[in-house]
Amino acid sequence: MFDICELHEPATLREAKERLQAAPDLRVVAGGTDVLIRLQHGHLAGAGLLSLRRVPGLDAIRMLDDGTLEVGAMAPFTRIFEDPLVRAHAPVLAEASVSMGGPQIRNVATIGGNICNGAVSADSASTLFALDALLRLETLEDARVIPIADFYAGPGKVNLRPGELLTAVLIPREGYAGMGGHYIKYAMRKAMDIATLGVAALAKVREGRFVELRIGLGVAAPVPIRCAEAEAWAPGKQVTLDTLAEIAALAVKPSRARTSWRASKDYREHLIEVLVQRAVAEAVKRAGDCCAD
Amino acid sequence: MLTRNNAGTATLRKISFTVNGRPVAIEIDVRESLLDVLRDRLEYTGVKQGCSVGECGACTVLIDGTPVNSCIYLAAWADGKEVRTIEGIAQDGQLSPVQEAFVDEGAIQCGFCTPGVVLSATAMVESGKRFTHAEVRRELSGHLCRCTGYQKIVDAAERALREAKQLDE
Repeated sequence: MFDICELHEPATLREAKERLQAAPDLRVVAGGTDVLIRLQHGHLAGAGLLSLRRVPGLDAIRMLDDGTLEVGAMAPFTRIFEDPLVRAHAPVLAEASVSMGGPQIRNVATIGGNICNGAVSADSASTLFALDALLRLETLEDARVIPIADFYAGPGKVNLRPGELLTAVLIPREGYAGMGGHYIKYAMRKAMDIATLGVAALAKVREGRFVELRIGLGVAAPVPIRCAEAEAWAPGKQVTLDTLAEIAALAVKPSRARTSWRASKDYREHLIEVLVQRAVAEAVKRAGDCCAD
Repeated sequence: MLTRNNAGTATLRKISFTVNGRPVAIEIDVRESLLDVLRDRLEYTGVKQGCSVGECGACTVLIDGTPVNSCIYLAAWADGKEVRTIEGIAQDGQLSPVQEAFVDEGAIQCGFCTPGVVLSATAMVESGKRFTHAEVRRELSGHLCRCTGYQKIVDAAERALREAKQLDE
């Protein structure tokens, strides 16, 4: 049995917010594939759970009038991977979604849970960083929308205020329009493993030159990061192998990789350099231009 | 709908769901996993307990047709759902086409992972979707098997899909 003291299952979002406001210490559980595993490992002992599984509508994926792609926080990864809107407009998110866990996990695990865990290895996180995604956070009285980059506070730590719930991930039109994308998850196994490194690249190319480039890295620092220097350097540059090599060298700079049992710092930096080149090359290809040298 | 555990008192709740098409109404403890309830209370022992942390796939059941690890799924969440275990796959003593394919391909050794794998393969066949070889491997990737080495399992799932005209060669 799980070592929990109570389980709340609100039937509406309002009821969920009221409950969380009254008891901010409740542990919010979405798909449960992280929280319940932590309980199995003896963490979170005695916690009270607030389950969002019965709240209707939080799993919807839709296109808003202004071209923003809205992914409900409770959307499971299988649904995101299969969603026609995601596939048409942000296929890189579909790619990241299917790399997460195994099929049974993806059928249950949600994007909101993945983000709120604050895991630097979250496959959705580096991709959402590259997509310039925004998060909608709501309390009983208030709502705010913040860039995902402002949400991560450290390993396993996120900027959720007391009583606050993540309700949706928003990908503005400028985040995805005209961009080719590619996500590479590097792990020891192809399935059911946590990323040693995750690289998400988005590129816009015209007549063989970069117009825009965005690179998100997971497990390269205590929180997912963007590669600002490489992104600022690329626009206007011809897409060549030398350019890709320079982008990769610049992409290593903001990283603060560390040695863990999964991989050493040096190995992770090597991975960043190699995988950024591959991810950007594929993103360029998908953006409708080929890599010339 | 609040149940509370004060000083060790039980956190009980009544739920109703169907298991293999049979309606079940049962009082559960909200601390129980669906795996606990299926195995210990309802005696569906075909649902195997392996790693208990969602890695091995031995506890896989279908919830509303979708494979889920029952070890990290609260029993309370099954309320109102349709659950299928390996016990519900054969009909009237007749093995299902997926089970026949597992026998024909010799995709079984110790059998511990088999119930879960058969359920994942059944979900593929019943989805009516078409699958490539790569997708078949991907859909089975949430199961660990220490005996057969996977190829026979993949072959069996592909045989069942081929017979149902759902395999893209």
